[in-house]
Amino acid sequence: MTKPPVEPPGEGDAPDTTGNAVPEPEGAAAASPEPAASSPDAGPVTERAEVRAEKEALQEVAGTGTAPQPDQTVAVEAPPVERERPWAVRFLRYLVTANSVMVTIYSLILAMVIGGVLIVVSDEEIRGMYTYFFSRPGDALSASWTAISDAYSALFQGAIVDFTQLELAFQGQVDWTKLLRPISDTLTNAAPLIFTGLAVALAFRSGLFNIGAQGQAIAGAIGAAVVGFGLDLPLGIHVIATLLGGALAGAIWGAIPGVLKARTGAHEVITSIMLNYIAAYGLLWVISTAFVHSTERTDAISKSVDNTSWLPSLFLNANLRANWGILVAIAAAGVIGWLLSRSTLGFRMRTVGANPDAARTAGMSVASTYATAMACAGALAGLGGATIMLSSTSHALTPAVVGNIGFDGITVALLGRARPVGVVMAGLLFGAMQAGGVRMQSVADIPVDMVTVLQALIVIFIAAPALVKAIFRLRPSRGAGLDLTMAKGW
Amino acid sequence: MNVLYGLLTPDSGQILIDDVPRTFGSPRDALRAGIGMVHQHFMLVPVFTVAENIMLGREKKTGLAFLDRRAARREVRELSERYGLDVDPDAVVEDIPVGVQQRVEIIKALTSDCDLLILDEPTAVLTPGEIEDLLEVMRTLRDDGKSIVFITHKLKEVKAIADKITVVRRGTIVGSADPSAPQDELAAMMVGREVSLTVAKDVAQPGEPVLSIENLTVTDERGQHAVDGLDLELRAGEILGIAGVQGNGQTELAEAIMALRPAVTGTIRVNGVDISNSRTSKVIESGVGYIPEDRSADGLVKPFSIAENLVLNQYNRAPFGGTLTINPEVIARTADERVEEYDVRTLSSRAPVSSLSGGNQQKVIVAREMSRKLNLLVAAQPTRGVDVGSIEFIHKRIVAERDTGTGVLLISSELDEVLALSDRIAVMYRGKILATVGPDTPREKIGRLMAGVSDDSPTADNTASKEPGA
Amino acid sequence: MTTLATAEVAESKAVHGFWTRSVKGGLTYIALGLIAIWFGTRVESGANAVFKIFWTGEDIEVKLPAAATVFALAGICVIVGALLVSPLGAGMFTGGTAIALTAFTLAFVCFSIAKPGVFLPVTATMQGALFLALPLILGALCGVLCERSGVINVAIEGQFLVGAFTGALIGTLTASAWAGLIAGALAGCLIGLFLAVLAIRYLVDQVVLGVVLNLLALGLTGFLYERIMQQAAEQYNSPPRLGDWTVPLLSDIPVIGPALFDQNIFTYMAVALVAIVYVALFHTPFGLRTRAVGEHPAAADSVGVRVNWVRFRNVLMGGLIAGVGGAFFTIGSAIAFNKNMTVGKGFIALAVLIVGRWNPIGALLGALLFGFTDQLQIFLSSMPGGSPIPSQFLSMLPYIVTIFAVAGLVGKVRAPAADGVPYVKS
Repeated sequence: MTKPPVEPPGEGDAPDTTGNAVPEPEGAAAASPEPAASSPDAGPVTERAEVRAEKEALQEVAGTGTAPQPDQTVAVEAPPVERERPWAVRFLRYLVTANSVMVTIYSLILAMVIGGVLIVVSDEEIRGMYTYFFSRPGDALSASWTAISDAYSALFQGAIVDFTQLELAFQGQVDWTKLLRPISDTLTNAAPLIFTGLAVALAFRSGLFNIGAQGQAIAGAIGAAVVGFGLDLPLGIHVIATLLGGALAGAIWGAIPGVLKARTGAHEVITSIMLNYIAAYGLLWVISTAFVHSTERTDAISKSVDNTSWLPSLFLNANLRANWGILVAIAAAGVIGWLLSRSTLGFRMRTVGANPDAARTAGMSVASTYATAMACAGALAGLGGATIMLSSTSHALTPAVVGNIGFDGITVALLGRARPVGVVMAGLLFGAMQAGGVRMQSVADIPVDMVTVLQALIVIFIAAPALVKAIFRLRPSRGAGLDLTMAKGW
Repeated sequence: MNVLYGLLTPDSGQILIDDVPRTFGSPRDALRAGIGMVHQHFMLVPVFTVAENIMLGREKKTGLAFLDRRAARREVRELSERYGLDVDPDAVVEDIPVGVQQRVEIIKALTSDCDLLILDEPTAVLTPGEIEDLLEVMRTLRDDGKSIVFITHKLKEVKAIADKITVVRRGTIVGSADPSAPQDELAAMMVGREVSLTVAKDVAQPGEPVLSIENLTVTDERGQHAVDGLDLELRAGEILGIAGVQGNGQTELAEAIMALRPAVTGTIRVNGVDISNSRTSKVIESGVGYIPEDRSADGLVKPFSIAENLVLNQYNRAPFGGTLTINPEVIARTADERVEEYDVRTLSSRAPVSSLSGGNQQKVIVAREMSRKLNLLVAAQPTRGVDVGSIEFIHKRIVAERDTGTGVLLISSELDEVLALSDRIAVMYRGKILATVGPDTPREKIGRLMAGVSDDSPTADNTASKEPGA
Repeated sequence: MTTLATAEVAESKAVHGFWTRSVKGGLTYIALGLIAIWFGTRVESGANAVFKIFWTGEDIEVKLPAAATVFALAGICVIVGALLVSPLGAGMFTGGTAIALTAFTLAFVCFSIAKPGVFLPVTATMQGALFLALPLILGALCGVLCERSGVINVAIEGQFLVGAFTGALIGTLTASAWAGLIAGALAGCLIGLFLAVLAIRYLVDQVVLGVVLNLLALGLTGFLYERIMQQAAEQYNSPPRLGDWTVPLLSDIPVIGPALFDQNIFTYMAVALVAIVYVALFHTPFGLRTRAVGEHPAAADSVGVRVNWVRFRNVLMGGLIAGVGGAFFTIGSAIAFNKNMTVGKGFIALAVLIVGRWNPIGALLGALLFGFTDQLQIFLSSMPGGSPIPSQFLSMLPYIVTIFAVAGLVGKVRAPAADGVPYVKS
């Protein structure tokens, strides 16, 4: 109730020498009088190397270099000054801190545990064993363990490396094709997920929730297919034209909710959900038209695209599905990273995303930024649709050609914390899980839907770091929060 | 006071009601103990009717568990008549004037049979006439046996109404006084030390008009004319202070100049060029700087670094960037210079701006706006919620900016600030400039003008300053 | 300047100059009228549009000269559009929109069925529309309860799925449709519980959360379907049907009687729930508190309303209703559960909620509108001779209508002020 609120004076705490590596999140405005002087230059910089990956740490690190005349009213949390500790101690402390890396890892573990419970509960035979659990607990436990480990082992082998093939390789009978197959499948699955993940992430950073990546991917697949079989272009150029066709179609589809939001205030979540369905029916119609429909087959499938428009094989081997799609996806992530950090447009997008009122006051056009961001997002999702169509065995449009990549893209973006590098890693992880899911179904008889469950669980835990923190009793940390609260209200 | 009302829980200490120690975990407990509160920010649901707002939390039911609207209406009417409040129970709250909304708040508190009524800064949003009505209501309530805690920082009101005065500063009681105590004594207790808000400055050298506004009309969110046919002229190298009770169209005026809000009629010329209803970026480009009233909402992007906030409206101009790319290195380097120059207390210009105190955040905005060549600076509440040291700094900067030949439009609801800085003072009332007076006009006269009372020729520019003090 | 909601100022001439909402809408309806006139020119001369109405014992046939009817309806459309563009149209946007769109739809129907041997079974169409609208009504009611208290619920789709799955599973195991219904409701409530805990306690962004919960429900029901149901469908996935109830007397009213009073029990439940929720929301202390919490939680808190508790309770109650809506998919007509069998109806329910302006009655009307479009599309695409335009475009219709609705072309919609904003005491 003091009218001119006066800043609390800094408390001038003595430098924390107790070795508390992690400052309290809402820590008191404790400012050591001269942080640069009271610790050797190497101090905070090397000690917090791991955490430095997080942008939030930047301020402490920079504190050593550019500290202006310190003053008692400094409100910045001062860097924790501590003595050099053995790396093992620091590493262990890092493990029990709720930073974003560890929250991600713990979320994965939690999801796997719940998945394991589901596997056991849904198995009739094992359920039966639990009825006599107290007389012979071994039966139930070992059967449960077998079921769970079989499932996850199949998941791993389908995604990364097949142990049988690895063994054969050690015996000298190397069949590279078979050894690389899991990785190849993972990369094939990951490429479209990275694209749609970027589509959702870019929109997130611009303050928009792009639920419409599914529809944009469908539009992209259509655009790419039409260019792929409709145009007759030389090798090389045709691939590029096909991808561009996909990007353009996706961009147009993506721009619609952006323009609607900019011009009428219609919430992009509702409009883009609706556009997903419209795109799905549109795809059915497009496939049925005489120009697009396959001349050889009667079922719902389009003409195949010319092989000049195929993406080149990654391993130069026809038996391995992986193609250059993954390279294009990673390149796209690089472009988005550049866009966000070093371009005028990206700066505008981030500003509008973080505070549209301030952006408007600073003379930015919020409306056109929304529209541009959604068009860019649509282009990315469109590339995802193009990639998945070009990676399909028929190289053609079918009603389910893009699968569920739009909605999976949302989970990829959330897991990747809406950052390009994160999205690439999340895309690879979910791509791997999908590749492994197929094997899990065939080998361990666990339905592929398990992968969807795991994906959803992981993202729920990621989105609620406080929950993970409470379950594992982690130490608090700055920067563990998922800063995705842009979709407020309708 | 929020502790007493149960919205916050105390860290230590106890509350005695009628000599019985009580703890309030929630407003529910406070209401039960007979404490009612009128909050500074009204706690009314805008889309509800008055009666619905009154009912909320203590609903009466008819036989079938339905809401008894009739009883609520009756109650509103009764109280309204008894204390002369004049409130229509069926009016929707968002459609009625602020003064009436406040009366609804008082009725709400009264319906819960409270003995103790807390009024937290109730006059901040009221016109002088409405304040007079409120004081009258308070007298009636007192005579009816209610105790009232009246929190305000306006001495005149305290002296007019209080039976006993307690001065609180930074959370502790610094003294109590009798209403008959001289104003200066109370003021000294409030601020702790004699603060003189005088700013050393030379006589202004007004040049050509940089801002001329003619017949400007601007609507607010509810479509009402917040600025109503306003005329204004500001010359280069002078500070024109806009004085007025908050909510008389000052915000809308500033936003209309910045093209953030459409001008329904009229023209706004900056250096002779009509910029009304053009784009904000154009206005900024024509050399207009803007310190927005609400720095958190409109001035800064909290998660961004200080450096990024320093180029928020220049990121696409040399040397910070071009049409396609920005240059983070230059932005960072320049930021370090600005942080130094504007005395922003931080460890690094790369720290998020949210890590700064209010005063330092405001200095970031000041640095951003003043470190380019300006023709016009629109400073809306430039020192609101800012510590004393920063106030001083910002004031000096504003005067320095004037001395470089920039015209400064200073909008402030702190009359002291307007008096200390301005070369001329325009008093705004209900969307119009009621009068423009000189800086040495007595406070009382300006106060009367702010209340809408113009007792002599309102357009007098120089004559006003010659008028003998009241 | 805290709001960027441009829809709010849609009618302001000062801001938009000539292009106010009325003018835009009016021009749109004139365009639609012109399209309808084109329909009229394409009708074979002398063709009749035949409507069959089920009357006690026999069908009554209504024959209208197709071309003339289409032209008349097109005329209405153009006139309404012109009125809206003219200065007279300021206050009649909503009404005008309703008339113009109805006229256009009827014109399109007349045009489509103006063929020999084709007739529109009015009674059956209405019945089908109501049937298709049922889950939408229930889902939108769930949304009303959640969002009026300030929690956005995008997980209605997920609640439908788990409701349908659990309804089928428990219904089959117990051989009782009622047990299935209760189990379905509880399953929907469980998703509501996740939503409430994560959104209210852990402050997770509600839209993001809803989307992910949908994914979880999709994965979970898909997984369990394959693991449990597919192995032994007889044993786990042959749900019974919750029976019909023919209301005596009322069902004998012509046209609307059989459509409204000879129905699945779900229908009566849905209608009753609409009434209950409406009365509760606007005429009881419960509703007053709910709405206060959704509009201005701090104000509600200041008079002793426990904000987060109200939200929690409402989300759970909404979950129960959505779960019933989900159970309808399986035990409503004894259909076995199938993966993703709700095919996005939960999202449509969300759209219905918005088109119905967060009001139970509005939700009922909106759901009927969507049900009708859906039914019409089914009828036209299976009509002898086929639909004059590709059936896929008809299928898109409800979604397009929704986009127009949220874009403010069908009247201004305003969400509860605190919708989606978690309440944290400062």
